Amino acid sequence: MTFFIEVTLSGLMAGVMYSLVALGFVLIFKASGIFNFAQGVMALFAALTLVGFMDEFGMPIWLAIIGTIAVMIALAWVIERVMLRHLVNQEPIILFMATIGLAYVLEGLGDILWGSDVKMLDIGIPQGASDWMLDTFDIYIEKLEIFAAATAATLVIFLAIFFQKTRIGRALRAVADDHQAALSVGISLHTIWVIVWSVSGIVALVAGIMWGSKSGVQFSLSLIALKALPVLILGGFTSVPGAIIGGMIIGVGEKLAEVYLGPFVGGALENWFAYMLALAFLLFRPQGLFGERIIERV
Amino acid sequence: MSERQLGDTILEVNNIGLSFGVMKVLDDISFDIKKGEIRSIIGPNGAGKSSMLNVINGFYHPQEGTITFKGETRKAMAPHVAASHGIARTFQNIALFKGMSTLDNIMTGRNLKMKTNIFWQALHLGPARKEELENREAAERIIDFLDIQAIRKKPVGKLPYGLQKRVELGRALAAEPELLLLDEPMAGMNSEEKEDMSRFIIDVNDEFGTTIALIEHDMGVVMDLSDRVVVLDYGKQLADGVPDEVRANQEVIDAYLGVPHE
Repeated sequence: MTFFIEVTLSGLMAGVMYSLVALGFVLIFKASGIFNFAQGVMALFAALTLVGFMDEFGMPIWLAIIGTIAVMIALAWVIERVMLRHLVNQEPIILFMATIGLAYVLEGLGDILWGSDVKMLDIGIPQGASDWMLDTFDIYIEKLEIFAAATAATLVIFLAIFFQKTRIGRALRAVADDHQAALSVGISLHTIWVIVWSVSGIVALVAGIMWGSKSGVQFSLSLIALKALPVLILGGFTSVPGAIIGGMIIGVGEKLAEVYLGPFVGGALENWFAYMLALAFLLFRPQGLFGERIIERV
Repeated sequence: MSERQLGDTILEVNNIGLSFGVMKVLDDISFDIKKGEIRSIIGPNGAGKSSMLNVINGFYHPQEGTITFKGETRKAMAPHVAASHGIARTFQNIALFKGMSTLDNIMTGRNLKMKTNIFWQALHLGPARKEELENREAAERIIDFLDIQAIRKKPVGKLPYGLQKRVELGRALAAEPELLLLDEPMAGMNSEEKEDMSRFIIDVNDEFGTTIALIEHDMGVVMDLSDRVVVLDYGKQLADGVPDEVRANQEVIDAYLGVPHE
């Protein structure tokens, strides 16, 4: 039983990591209907920049984090100026292609600026097993994973309040609902896009810090974006809680499947379980658990 | 309605021409709107009425002509410029934020009245919270005015059509506009709902002194409410004048009833 709980918990914690990436996707998709393929690379780029600021410029942690946030906001501004502004009213597929381009540009930029070797990221998040959990419940959990879960929870609460209770939050939802009506009450689409890409850049930074602290900042980080895809299909592309819960289901599901079913199919279940689950959802509940049902008129 | 004293010109469109490709949607349209009046734009389907409103609030940029609003002449408006200078509107096919509550829709209408920056907003503290409360009061006043207290928290997508139209009017009023553009505010309503809406339009005009440009198909309503009426047909301007003049105009009668073309 302890073993089962341990596997489940470690799955939950891994799931939180997926959720953090998925969250960035949801924000941009909600406000602009763009599927941002570059979200994973944004997490990588943010982590690279953070490490670069700390190692090469010798900045203290807090300054490096503020600096990286500034870089992500500047990046959002540039993306709006150079890319989004010129693609208004284009087909979603064209915007999607543009974000693929953006992914490669960012990856190259990160490489040029900070080099391509694997870097250690240590911003003082406690490492190793939680002794308290080990002593009290005899369960092994990484401190980092508890920290990541707490961070994700804080982030979600913060975003929920921001979306529900403030003018800018309402404006974001308004743009997501109806572009023309949003324009007619004086909401500037350009500003909203910069804000939403900035917020999702900051979410990417958080994801980058967590993944980077766990397994070092390396270019394979951008591939976790692929794991976020089944999370989104599960949770629904437009739902913030969906991203969180979807991430956890995927995390727990693939760990349990690996441990209990893996031996029968020769292992490596963890690598494809998420996609199988996503496929099943696409067949039976394409809008995901929490997404809005989209009925297209033909 | 008796002849009223009209104010200065608030909006003037001159020789507006708008085409989509080879299709001429508006051809040499010129009229003005005076402060405090209710000005109707009428015409058969496809006459270019909605296009005209879209030109005024900046959704469409005409190829020819100029728009003078509050003394400033432009080739075209930008939607957020129009909004920030005091033009608000409703839409023919209701364009509410469907996922949001009535209150949130109306609060969104106050977007331009709220100024605190994103840092205060993100913290949801200090000036941002105070501003939120003040604007919430203004929104509540509009909710009282339109008598929609009961649906304050309901998501608007689930409301009946007539109420959605009313919420949309509320969102436009929330901006405290100087010029309010109403695109068929009574389309699809029964006579009771039409009466309510007419009363709201008159009250808005009377109590707040809001200038109103109105597109409407119900001729009874138009002739009752309007100070002056401009008539469009196939993108051309047929007539412009007080209701009685327009009603007596032979070209207008022909356009509405149809005449055999020689």
